[in-house]
Amino acid sequence: MLFGFHWDTSSEWAFAVSIFPMLMIGMLVTIEATIFGFFIALVLGLVLAVLKGAPTRIISWPAIVITEFIRDTPLLVQLFFLYYVLPDYGIILPAFLTGALALGVQYSAYTSEVYRAGLEAITQGQKEASRALNLTTSRTFTHIILPQAIPRIIPALGNYLVSIMKDVPVLSVVTVLEMLNVAKIIGDRTFDYLVPLSMVGGIYLVLTLVSSAGVRFLDTRLPKMGIPLK
Amino acid sequence: MSEPIIKFDKVVKRFGSVTVLNELDFEVAQGEKVTIIGPSGSGKSTVLRILMTLENIQDGVVYVGGEPLWHEERGGSLHPASEKHLHRMREQLGMVFQQFNLFPHMTVRRNITEAPVRVLGLSKAEAKDRAEELLAMVGLADQADKYPHQLSGGQQQRVGIARALAMRPKIMLFDEPTSALDPELVGEVLNVIRKLAEEHDLTMLLVTHEMQFARQVSDRVCFFDKGKIKEEGPPEQLFTEPREQRTREFLKAVLDPD
Repeated sequence: MLFGFHWDTSSEWAFAVSIFPMLMIGMLVTIEATIFGFFIALVLGLVLAVLKGAPTRIISWPAIVITEFIRDTPLLVQLFFLYYVLPDYGIILPAFLTGALALGVQYSAYTSEVYRAGLEAITQGQKEASRALNLTTSRTFTHIILPQAIPRIIPALGNYLVSIMKDVPVLSVVTVLEMLNVAKIIGDRTFDYLVPLSMVGGIYLVLTLVSSAGVRFLDTRLPKMGIPLK
Repeated sequence: MSEPIIKFDKVVKRFGSVTVLNELDFEVAQGEKVTIIGPSGSGKSTVLRILMTLENIQDGVVYVGGEPLWHEERGGSLHPASEKHLHRMREQLGMVFQQFNLFPHMTVRRNITEAPVRVLGLSKAEAKDRAEELLAMVGLADQADKYPHQLSGGQQQRVGIARALAMRPKIMLFDEPTSALDPELVGEVLNVIRKLAEEHDLTMLLVTHEMQFARQVSDRVCFFDKGKIKEEGPPEQLFTEPREQRTREFLKAVLDPD
């Protein structure tokens, strides 16, 4: 029994049907962790991108070093660090939050590059025209640069959403009950790993295909010339 | 002659180790139409870009309307200009770019009204009226709701001219306005600039390779070479009997490429 559901081991099919609701509960946790991690990656990535683009090195350098460090160390190492070391300094987070935070921090290094590339792709000419028209720097950023950069940024960010989802099983090592962990527990208790693990693979395939199709659809609908301003 | 509206006083501009403007002295009178010609790399576009405050200078002083552009006077000496000073000085200048640089995500109308509303504080209705008037002047009255990519290059550049004029500058800078255009679209843009030159009191500074056009519209033509004015004079004189050997070579190469 798990989450109040009983498994039926009378046949493989009956077993599969009976554990499906348990895996669905795990899938919800997987999706929650994905969304949470993605949100952190979006916000932290933007902060890092802005800092990296700062005119003074005192600000840009630490951001560049932090990004490199995050990108060049394994997610699992960062996760263990957050989970086992932070409590020594009095910061005790639930496993789920720690996991989502680790995912968000890891991927913020990648999203910051996406933001930066998107912003840098806007030609110098657009900035010069804005300056010649005496538009302020902030107005230029919000109304000239951003509307043109966002449609370039979104598809690349969407691809990282899919990547984050595929990295969520790593959180099982710090006891987060995401889908893979649920499947493993079912296997531990019933001595049948084949069915639950195959189902996890299948569900992941569906999730990935659906979200990839969503990203592609979004890409075709985005205005290539920038978000139109009438 | 009254105080020049533009004055370069021993201006030096370097890009790294390359000296683009070498102690340039250059003056433009109020309402004068001046064309700058010269080989690429001679610093002719740089003159416009310095005036539009897109490029800083290393030495010398640039005056616009009698006031230093890149400097502020404090306690009798000149200091590098603040962004506030540059903002105020820019109000006198408008620029038309070789690559148009229209905002691709804005309609033609919004391209023209954005800065008048945001910077000059015009109401949306006032800015719209002004845009309509200018679009009629450049012959695009019926294109206000289109986006730049729906227009031809010549039409885009005419929008570029209208957008700059909407800020009511005293000085208009044209940086090779027809160089990015297909040959058959050059005429429509030149006609707009010609009309502007004939009907308005604007001071105009034009960098171009269209020699015939330069001859027709300008009061004075300046030949730039190696960061200095090698020769200048009324178009008739400069084009028909240039004094300098270097000018003759350049004109021969441009007008008679074979």
